[in-house]
Amino acid sequence: MPRRWIEGLGRRTIEGVWRIGFAARFFGVMLLHSGTAFQRLGLTIREMYFSGVLSLTIILVSGLFVGMVLGLQGYDTLQRFGSESALGTLVALSLVRELGPVLAGLMFASRAGSAITAEIGLMKATEQLSAMEMMAVDPIARVVAPRFWAGVISMPLLAALFSAMGILGGYLVGVRLIGVDEGTFWSQMQGSVDFTQDILNGVVKSVVFGVAITTIALFEGYDAPPTAEGVSGATTRTVVTSSLVVLALDFVLTAFMFRGTN
Amino acid sequence: MNRTVLDLWVGLFVIAGIGALLFLALKVGSMSTVKAGSSYDVVARFDNIGGLKPRAPVKSAGVVVGRVADIRFDNETYEAAVTLRIDKRYAFPKDSSAAIMTSGLLGEQYIGLEAGGDEHKLEDKDRITLTQSAVVLENLIGQFIYGKAQEGAPQ
Repeated sequence: MPRRWIEGLGRRTIEGVWRIGFAARFFGVMLLHSGTAFQRLGLTIREMYFSGVLSLTIILVSGLFVGMVLGLQGYDTLQRFGSESALGTLVALSLVRELGPVLAGLMFASRAGSAITAEIGLMKATEQLSAMEMMAVDPIARVVAPRFWAGVISMPLLAALFSAMGILGGYLVGVRLIGVDEGTFWSQMQGSVDFTQDILNGVVKSVVFGVAITTIALFEGYDAPPTAEGVSGATTRTVVTSSLVVLALDFVLTAFMFRGTN
Repeated sequence: MNRTVLDLWVGLFVIAGIGALLFLALKVGSMSTVKAGSSYDVVARFDNIGGLKPRAPVKSAGVVVGRVADIRFDNETYEAAVTLRIDKRYAFPKDSSAAIMTSGLLGEQYIGLEAGGDEHKLEDKDRITLTQSAVVLENLIGQFIYGKAQEGAPQ
């Protein structure tokens, strides 16, 4: 009995390592074939429409609401210490540094990542990828690389839009609804948000998340068993894995970027 | 979908994204990081800097003229060497003095620069010799209690 248990553990470990290796090779090949994504820009633009433009609704609406909630909750907490004037700082810093990139990343993973996996998985299941290979068209260059670059370009734009909408939401609630002084709100914000320290680091975060999410989504789709169950399982795994990876990467990046600065 | 319509949407998306970034950069953040070349560094030594942190503002007459670039401990004089990065637009006399102040009772600490009367101006890598350390609240209370105890002691 223990022997079979140990065997099972060993098999799972080997499979896991094999998958990681396969994913790394997949990532390398994808980068090697990236040239086509820019040579045939139309393909990349088409994918940017599907993963970027179509994600706009959920990103903008959730950004606005997150900002409005931050405004309400932040005001409630800050006014206990008599420092409502710091509301702008609170809203802007938490959005630009953390919530913008992370929440936009999670939205992107569930909205665009799952769609990418399902699409590629289905292409594989219906043997479209094999058909391309038969016609001497490299599916990695034709299908995978444009989707990767579309995701990597879309993600920072979506995160910036999320942060901007959130700050607008915080402004609407804090200034328009509750009545924090407008001048204090903006000047406190501008006094404490630094361009390179906070905004650029947020952009770097969102680019990293974009790379991670699209790679996971593409790999899961490419690796999916060519059955209905396989594709659905791969779609679920994409959302779960990329959400976890976004959160873990966020912690690591934050530890590097903001440690030692206040 | 038609190719041109698609292009149009993606173009709008990119413009909106870059617009959001610009909004963050200009309206939310301050492009206040003083660039190298448009500033000069001077070093001021303090016995005690209290809670001063890097990037704290350097103010003169209440106006921000620069930022604290670096704080290190000098192992020979046992003092704190604070590098102040001051905007080139503002020149200060050589005998200016620096003091560590607190905005409000418990607010953040900043460096106050008081202009002197020298005709020569501070230049890059100069030192400010006249400094005043941070007021440490515990020392102040300690002195106060000590003074009170002396007053009440029988002669």
